[in-house]
Amino acid sequence: MRSIAIIAAKEMRDGLRNRWVIATTALLAALALTLAFMGAAPTGSVKVSALNVTIVSLSSLSIFLVPLIALLLSYDAIVGEAERGTLSLLLAYPVRRWQVVIGKFAGHLGILTLATVVGYGAAGLALAFAGGGDPEALAAFALMVASSAMLGGVFIAIGYLVSALVRDRGAAGGVAIGVWLLFVLLYDMALLGALVADRGKTITAGAVNVLILINPADAYRVLNLTASQSVGGYAGVAGLGVRAGLTPGLLIGTLIVWIVAPLAGAVAAFARRPV
Amino acid sequence: MSEDIAVLRGVSRRFGRQLAVSDVDLTLRAGECVGLVGHNGAGKTTMIKLMLGLLRPNAGTVRVLGDDPAASASARDRGRVGYLPENVALYPSMTGAETLAFYARLKGEPVSRNAALIEKVGISGAARRRVGTYSKGMRQRLGLAQALLGEPRVLLLDEPTTGLDPALRQHFYEILRELRGQGAMVLLSTHALAELEGQVDRVVVMNQGRKVADGDLSTLRALAGIRPRIRLRLPRGPRAVVNGPDAWSGWTRLTDDLVELSCEEDEVATALSGLPASARDVEIVRPSLDELYAAFQKGAP
Repeated sequence: MRSIAIIAAKEMRDGLRNRWVIATTALLAALALTLAFMGAAPTGSVKVSALNVTIVSLSSLSIFLVPLIALLLSYDAIVGEAERGTLSLLLAYPVRRWQVVIGKFAGHLGILTLATVVGYGAAGLALAFAGGGDPEALAAFALMVASSAMLGGVFIAIGYLVSALVRDRGAAGGVAIGVWLLFVLLYDMALLGALVADRGKTITAGAVNVLILINPADAYRVLNLTASQSVGGYAGVAGLGVRAGLTPGLLIGTLIVWIVAPLAGAVAAFARRPV
Repeated sequence: MSEDIAVLRGVSRRFGRQLAVSDVDLTLRAGECVGLVGHNGAGKTTMIKLMLGLLRPNAGTVRVLGDDPAASASARDRGRVGYLPENVALYPSMTGAETLAFYARLKGEPVSRNAALIEKVGISGAARRRVGTYSKGMRQRLGLAQALLGEPRVLLLDEPTTGLDPALRQHFYEILRELRGQGAMVLLSTHALAELEGQVDRVVVMNQGRKVADGDLSTLRALAGIRPRIRLRLPRGPRAVVNGPDAWSGWTRLTDDLVELSCEEDEVATALSGLPASARDVEIVRPSLDELYAAFQKGAP
């Protein structure tokens, strides 16, 4: 436990020092504030919550951005240290290999959570002060922030798995970009294409549910677009999720499985990796 | 009899088809400073990593302080082992003091003792600077400082003196002598043999993964069969050597006035007593470690 905390604290400090935290927080805050006020402008006269509109637009943006940031943070966590030569010294200390992985994960997740909470939180606070928030919308916004951090955790874990498996940093970077493209862009395109081509003949609603749960980015999207009735109203696509039986609990569970499984894989792969 | 610190029995380790360490037996004792010698790729680093438990042997057993270093309850896990990797790599964004504090915490050592350690390796002035700005020698010194954390019983130093200037090198060996005096076992690998002369108790020579020699320097010299040579200057000498028959038999002319005799160790005194008064710059040349090493690389006796 001690070793994990020491490594996590070191990763956090590295993140603060090399300006990862500041850059990420600033980026997320700028985007969130822009979306909040630009998105909120047309809602002024109609009686809808600005916060709900912001949740829809911000979560759509997070699907692209958060996994990318998470993968950039994590792809060289193991292979990078191995290549620079710091890993063999670290492992010569009284530290187990799984503790190194979990410690780094805790540190990187801390960085991303900090950036998300501060960056999105700034926008949320600004909107709440501007009078755009009813309690229900605030809860949905809090869920969006928390699930964004979880989505980050998923892709940090996937990044570690990649990092533990490949031989050099270049390959890790390439695979990480591939992972991002696959989960964030290609998967949805393929799914939509298949649904359109199929016209509901063979692909049942249950199958669509499974296909959504297989992709953590989709699970995140459905979670946030169906979180509250009012948000669902603006999202359009969203009603689908609720009716299809994808409950928030199931979707959050999916995200947790998507964190734990790649992380366990990374620990196992790292245990076998020669140093 | 001093305690066995590290024991290797019939240890082999391969990487793919490459046999990095092959059937090595080695015992390292407390209070001993051992030089591990071999060219690049001879298996020195692999041996050290086996002793650290970073690698598991394909055959044979490794015991360090009585435990299997790759097991979870190993000596390494108790923080009794210090390690300085070859070309030590540290985290460039941390300062020297932060680096040492990080490693001290991992070893469960109080950070309060770090300042003394930084002082000892002579980088107090740079302790608050980032490691990324350090020179090679400074990184090496910081690397040594982390290896010394927690008064280790076992110190494994992989090419510790590369990149150190001669003054620093002397200082480095002073620190090692002090540690050895406290009963630590120090193993240091190198391919610069000459500098080990007088610094180590024992030399282990590796060649292509095999241990080809193990002993103190005089034992190794006897094993290698390289004889001492007497060398001297004779002003107007060459003629004497060339013409003078019996007294100079066995002597060879190296340059105009430099002559040399190769003889057995027990013949040295006799040879010296027979020298003429005109001899100048008399010296006895014993095989350097480099020559010994070359002899063992060729697979000498």
